[in-house]
Amino acid sequence: MTLALYVPRASAVHRLPAGLKLLCLAVLAVVLFALPTIAAAGAALAGVLVVGLVVARLPVAVLARQARAVRWWLLALLVVHALTTDLLTGVHVALRLLTLVLAAAVVTTTTRVSEMVAVVERVCAPLRLVGVRPARVGLAVTLALRFIPVLTERAERIRDAQAARGGSPRGVRALRTTVAPLLVQALQMAHDVSEALDARGADVEPPRAAWRRS
Amino acid sequence: MKTRDLAYIALFAAIIAVLGTLPAINVGPVPITAQTLGVMLAGSVLGARRGFLAVLLFLVLVAVGLPLLASGAGGLAPFAGASAGYLYSWPVAAAVIGWLTERTWTRYNVVLGTLINVLGGIVVIYAVGVPVLKAVAGLSWSTALWSGAAVFIPGDLVKAVVAAAIADVVRRSYPVIERPRRAVGAR
Repeated sequence: MTLALYVPRASAVHRLPAGLKLLCLAVLAVVLFALPTIAAAGAALAGVLVVGLVVARLPVAVLARQARAVRWWLLALLVVHALTTDLLTGVHVALRLLTLVLAAAVVTTTTRVSEMVAVVERVCAPLRLVGVRPARVGLAVTLALRFIPVLTERAERIRDAQAARGGSPRGVRALRTTVAPLLVQALQMAHDVSEALDARGADVEPPRAAWRRS
Repeated sequence: MKTRDLAYIALFAAIIAVLGTLPAINVGPVPITAQTLGVMLAGSVLGARRGFLAVLLFLVLVAVGLPLLASGAGGLAPFAGASAGYLYSWPVAAAVIGWLTERTWTRYNVVLGTLINVLGGIVVIYAVGVPVLKAVAGLSWSTALWSGAAVFIPGDLVKAVVAAAIADVVRRSYPVIERPRRAVGAR
């Protein structure tokens, strides 16, 4: 199971700090809603396409896949607006949505997940004041990423075991007979992992902090 | 927070992600997915605090660029799109379900659990999701209610029952929420 959307390229867009790219994305969203004209949305879309396809040299297919994910939205917006207000408003709203979706896609395909996690940890840093430890947030992210393939594999194993006993149940029953045992197994697994982590000192502050102080 | 709680939070974030890989049924713009089942489970198995954090962690994973939403959507785009309100409501839904589940823990059963899931997993989600849908997509109230809520209610009711049934099994075989007295002071 390939998880990341990241597309490696040696481009200026890829080299920009992840935090800056996220900030640009937020600014674009604010500007697009503050300047509600078709011209602004169209210019922004053209700009996003130039940055994504020309500067970052992303394959067209990558952006097309993200656009395809929202195609029903776009179509529904056009139809609903054509019926209730007018087609032009529909085109504008759809254009704005497409621009934001593609801009977000450019950011996520040019930034490694590890860089994004680092940004998350940095964003969490002020939360230290209320007792959140950024390193623990990073640990939770890492654990979740590791659990996803493990869970997929276990779900398949349970399905196979049921098939060996005469066919797997379908529909609502499958959710109950597959998810419930999987869940209990998974909770035990998570408990074991946490004990293993604690045995290796995950529950204490990293000693690095102490070295810095001395 | 103990490492064990951290592992449970990570686990449920992963569970919501895996539920997204189950085939989604597309009815118009907002897909019917099993992911809200995961949101209900996070609340009813982990309780308010950990359930809230599990769903929040899942959303963080989506935001940092993993295609974990049903139909492979990921990155920051879904948080700006028309169905963004539903995503923002998920952690709140898990917290509400978790809080009510903790309060009724000693007499929890499938019927009570279903009611809790309907309140937290359906009422809360649409109370946030539909107004955002209306604003972002520029729809009228009736269209927004129809395309953004009515078509999903039957599926959601099924999910509320299934989540309650699973939570009840887990409660009896591997309870994670502690007795209310301890749950209140637990950190």
